Amino acid sequence: MDFRLTPEQEALKSAFEEFFKEEEKRAPEGWSGGMFSIFESEENWAYHRSVAEKLAKKGWLCLPWPKKYGGQEHSYIEQLIFNEVRAYYRVPGVDMWGSQIVAPSILECASEELKQEWLPRIARAEINWCQGWSEPNAGSDLASLTTRAVEDGDDFVINGQKIWTTGAHRADHIFFLARTDPTVPKHKGITYFVSEIREGITIRPLLFMHSKHEYNEVFFDDFRISKKNVVGQVNQGWYVTMAGINFERSMIGSVAEVKRDLEEFIEFCKETKRNGQPLAKDPLTRHKLAEFALELEVARQWAYYVAWLQSKGNLVPAESSAAKYFSSELTVRFANTMVEIMGLYGTLKAGSKWAKFHGKYEDMCQASLGTTIAGGTTETMKNIIAWMGLKLPR
Amino acid sequence: MNLDFTEEQEALKKTARDFMTKTWSSALVRELEEHPTGLKEDIWRQIAELGWLAVAIPEEYDGVGGRFMDLIVLFEEMGRACFIAPFFSTVICTLAIVAAGSEEQKKEILPRVANGEMVLSLALAEPSARYDAAGIATRAAANKDEYVINGTKLFIHDAQVAHCFLCVARTRTEGPPEDGITLFLVDAKSPGVKITPLHTIADDKQNEVIFENVKVAKGQVLGPIEKGFPVIEMLLEQAAIAKCAEMVGGADWVIENCTSYAKERAQYGKPIGSYGIIQHYLAEMWTEIGIAKRFTYYAAWLLDQGIPCRKEVAMAKAWASEVYKRWTRMGVQVFGGIGTTREHDMGLYYRRARQAALLFGDPDSLREKIAQEIIL
Ligand SMILES: Cc1cc2nc3c(=O)[nH]c(=O)nc-3n(C[C@H](O)[C@H](O)[C@H](O)COP(=O)(O)OP(=O)(O)OC[C@H]3O[C@@H](n4cnc5c(N)ncnc54)[C@H](O)[C@@H]3O)c2cc1C
Repeated sequence: MDFRLTPEQEALKSAFEEFFKEEEKRAPEGWSGGMFSIFESEENWAYHRSVAEKLAKKGWLCLPWPKKYGGQEHSYIEQLIFNEVRAYYRVPGVDMWGSQIVAPSILECASEELKQEWLPRIARAEINWCQGWSEPNAGSDLASLTTRAVEDGDDFVINGQKIWTTGAHRADHIFFLARTDPTVPKHKGITYFVSEIREGITIRPLLFMHSKHEYNEVFFDDFRISKKNVVGQVNQGWYVTMAGINFERSMIGSVAEVKRDLEEFIEFCKETKRNGQPLAKDPLTRHKLAEFALELEVARQWAYYVAWLQSKGNLVPAESSAAKYFSSELTVRFANTMVEIMGLYGTLKAGSKWAKFHGKYEDMCQASLGTTIAGGTTETMKNIIAWMGLKLPR
Repeated sequence: MNLDFTEEQEALKKTARDFMTKTWSSALVRELEEHPTGLKEDIWRQIAELGWLAVAIPEEYDGVGGRFMDLIVLFEEMGRACFIAPFFSTVICTLAIVAAGSEEQKKEILPRVANGEMVLSLALAEPSARYDAAGIATRAAANKDEYVINGTKLFIHDAQVAHCFLCVARTRTEGPPEDGITLFLVDAKSPGVKITPLHTIADDKQNEVIFENVKVAKGQVLGPIEKGFPVIEMLLEQAAIAKCAEMVGGADWVIENCTSYAKERAQYGKPIGSYGIIQHYLAEMWTEIGIAKRFTYYAAWLLDQGIPCRKEVAMAKAWASEVYKRWTRMGVQVFGGIGTTREHDMGLYYRRARQAALLFGDPDSLREKIAQEIIL
């Protein structure tokens, strides 16, 4: 075993660090990272877009892709390093839905024509995606979705409703699943589409618990889409989504971001006095901080292991599910504990002169709740570990 | 032994439940969360008419002469409904006036509280953000027949609508911190009082209240001069248990609504409540909330009887806070995506739990209190 990076990887890491350290300085007032915050305001979105364009120029939005589509054919480890550094500096710029979810599906399953049409534009950060999968009655059981796609000449006509569509109000494109054959078992009648957002698609905002606008409802009303926009084969959409989960799934980003938050919080504890002594000297506070430092360190090593397994070509359903639920639950616990340590100051919203960290933890102890639900709930992750990892009966 | 509420208390509970179902609504909660004062005059008038503001007030001052346990019934129903009004603040201050006020003060204030004319607010916490005597830095200096108050109060509920503050200030700086605390009844309109709203996770109308050379007549001192802290200690215990009642009331909503959602919501062709993991969440939720409720009643009874219960109060508040935080968090998880929205009621409870846990003693400082009681 050797836990060191190669000299090339070290060099790449330094380049990432240099870049993101600079970009961090351009963050708008009150910015404090988080996965969904880019959608919340014009300033945050502009920040995201400006970084995305720079990343595109460097070719860093498609590190693992084949050269032929503009990629650099890097392994999961390089992708992991990129994700870790970016998250540590809490800099946006990556369209997770584009480069992490739809691109792998296109790479794996789409026709050459579609690849040529979409991949370069994703690499150049020209388009902004949203993911129209979940529906009001198809959440964990996604395959039971009922949005209909009916064939009509060279087109499909789409009718139905999506929900929780993150960033749809900022996006110009959507990839979505619709039922093309209602007569066959549920996994076998779904088709995967990519489309620009235009007439026939209505986006209605839904506010998150903390009143911010991140996700939406999306309605399709007789929306016409060409058959050319099908990724993979008609009725094979479920398998296309499965192929698409083959991105770097270690969750290193959420670990790295919380690690940074913790470091910042430790500085706060050194400066802040409670009962006449710095918080950092209070044994209970020290214990809590140490516990998070420990959990983050072990989660980081687990993430490296997951990426390592992926880099060797393994599918890692149990390992990545473990990473997903462990890191997201850790984030919720972390945000709540920081509120607890700050005491009455912890629940103040941004805007008051008394609020610390621009009200970050008041916000984060709500926002983080989304992370244990989105992209597969903690319970679903545990089911996957039990069934696929431990081969327990279903 | 009798672990049931009295018939009168059951009737009060029913009235309160009916009121919350008929007159109150979560739409109103949302409206008042955004509202600058959080006070709806017609609702306030109605609860005055129902006599709720008079529960803690003796009959000779137009009150109904109720017991602390009667208030618990109300706080529980209010917590369940996420009721927003300066009720908690007013009642807590009322308890102090009943316990420590002069005959004149009682006559002047209590009848006006009972009929809904007067709103009170407890100006206790400060930037030190702690609930002990050492945390009080606000000074009140004697000057002929008045006192002059200077200091910053922080996290002050309902200051924006209060007519009168119960202000906790230091009249002597030397000696142990507990000695030298005096309580004042301060007219909210006094020159030098400056109120700035604070916005919190629970939208619960907290404020910064600055007292700058605020003059208060000597007759406005509540209770003994320089020996006011025991009154505050009593008040903090009552407030902590009142918060517990609110929390277990809210927790009741959580268990009921999570359970019924788990029965209705189907994924993979079966109600989510048929899956083991959800069943175990709900089973634990039911257990821990049930325990919190019974222990809250126990601590409330001890207070009601005047039995010393420092340890039990700390235990009740620490436990109810942890339980409420834990199960509102898991409640959101049971609801899935819909539970994370602003429009769903689950979030109202999640947000309140984070706030309530910190008020009148947070779980960590309460554990320290318990430790002090058990490790002699
Ligand atoms: C912040 C956020 C952003 C999102 N962004 C997007 C997006 O951009 N695009 C998109 O398509 N979707 C998105 N989603 C949707 C997300 O994928 C779903 O919310 C998720 O799959 C859960 O579905 P649900 O909300 O319907 O909950 P449900 O599936 O109804 O689950 C409710 C509860 O039941 C549990 N449960 C369900 N089935 C089982 C089982 N078999 N065993 C044990 N427990 C079970 C769940 O774990 C959960 O606790 C987002 C969600 C959130 C919260």
